[in-house]
Amino acid sequence: MPYTAEAPTRRESNEELRARIPGWGADLDPADRPAVPRERFAPEVTGAHWDFPERQEERVPRERSIEHRFLTPVFGTSAPLHGVSGAIRRFAYEKFGEGRAAHWLLLIAGDRVDAVGSHLRSVLTLRPDNPVTETGVVSELRRGGIRSRVGRGRADVKHGWIDPLLIAGFWVFTGIVAVAVVRSIGKR
Amino acid sequence: MMPDTRVGTTFGHEFIGVVDQVGPSVQNLKAGDRVMVPFNVYCGSCYYCARGLYSNCHNVNPNATAVGGIYGYSHTCGGYDGGQAEYVRVPFADVGPSIIPDWMDDEDALLLTDALATGYFGAQLGDIVEGDTVVVFGAGPIGLYAAKSAWLMGAGRVIVVDQLDYRLEKARTFAHAETVNFNEHNDIVVHMKKTTDFLGADVAIDAVGAEADGNLTQHITSAKLKLQGGSPVALNWAIDSVRKGGTISVMGAYGPIFSAVKFGDAMNKGLTLRMNQCPVKRQWPRLFEHIQNGYLKPNDIVTHRIPLEHIAEGYHMFSAKLDDCIKPIIVAEAS
Repeated sequence: MPYTAEAPTRRESNEELRARIPGWGADLDPADRPAVPRERFAPEVTGAHWDFPERQEERVPRERSIEHRFLTPVFGTSAPLHGVSGAIRRFAYEKFGEGRAAHWLLLIAGDRVDAVGSHLRSVLTLRPDNPVTETGVVSELRRGGIRSRVGRGRADVKHGWIDPLLIAGFWVFTGIVAVAVVRSIGKR
Repeated sequence: MMPDTRVGTTFGHEFIGVVDQVGPSVQNLKAGDRVMVPFNVYCGSCYYCARGLYSNCHNVNPNATAVGGIYGYSHTCGGYDGGQAEYVRVPFADVGPSIIPDWMDDEDALLLTDALATGYFGAQLGDIVEGDTVVVFGAGPIGLYAAKSAWLMGAGRVIVVDQLDYRLEKARTFAHAETVNFNEHNDIVVHMKKTTDFLGADVAIDAVGAEADGNLTQHITSAKLKLQGGSPVALNWAIDSVRKGGTISVMGAYGPIFSAVKFGDAMNKGLTLRMNQCPVKRQWPRLFEHIQNGYLKPNDIVTHRIPLEHIAEGYHMFSAKLDDCIKPIIVAEAS
């Protein structure tokens, strides 16, 4: 077909589509679509019976984005800041706005420190993490790990060999460095 | 990839439950009510909520102005514990939750709290007009619902792209869509041009988001090494597959740091890019009608029901896409 002003020919008519697909065209009129228009001023429909929410008690100092004028009246209370990861995260919130890459990269660094610290704490307790049950890897046996992958042409399987290197690589590298440091100290 | 995801936070942004206790100012709910809870935490009274943008509420997320409040979705989304637990705190109980109608199936109610509402919202953002060709990247729950919803809005063709044959089969049977396995084509964008008279689709919906596969460099730098906010493979395919002047709807979730998106192509093609986290409750009245009319059967895509005590296995199964998993549901009181 040459490039003309004509639109491509429809493969199925409205009648054919209506017969084949339950509800075809039920929301053809944009007026029937709840997200149209995008902004619809209607504060009366939300159920709010306040102009500004009652402020939640701030039991521990709560970090906030410097792009906010104040601590929002309501906030999550899960996992308050603590330790080294908490210090990194608080620095990220207090020093950098959300438009700065440093803000997010510091938060990611805080996540890594949090994870490492949690692993170390686990090792030092009487109930260390169980990598077999807590990673869910046993589902590889119970949920067909092999048949779900082999012969299916999955793109993720083709590069799956990299995953152990990426996941274990950090720990192996850290272990090597730790051993080297200990040996170095021992030689002195 | 969501920064500031802390050890000890309870995940789970898609949940229903029974009211155990209510705060002193709650007027519309009482203990014992069965409720469905939108994944958005929102106040109902701020500048954004007053305009229907519940997912962009300004009063609930001190950690970021770039995103609203979401249950169990990192501190970047407000630091709220989520629903994968026996109990969860739900702020603004007179605004977000609704009592589950007697006629509604529990699993349908659950799916209305995110996946179905988000897929339906994604189709709306495509501004579909009668006869449009709509291509949906991703045949997961959101993509399947978006494809199904595109028909409601009058699409003339709906094409779903994925790499997993069992999901594409579901796209054919559940969403009545044409399907394409991108692994069977050397260049999926060229294939999409060929199948749309070399113009491109009118609308493309990214229902994949941050962990997209199909480009090794993008996948490794984002999903594995976290050097990008997400792997924009599907989004870039959408940009390149849609016709000039077409519309992209982004339902796939991306983190707040930079991603290698082909904005040059989007600009030069005159595309309209539309996106947001779904304001869930705004979609409910119309979706209730569609379910009652038999146009939508949400729990047709549920493949697994996992007891809470086996949640780790459920996560691994879903993440690794084992056992033909499409949509697993966590059941707190499973016997």
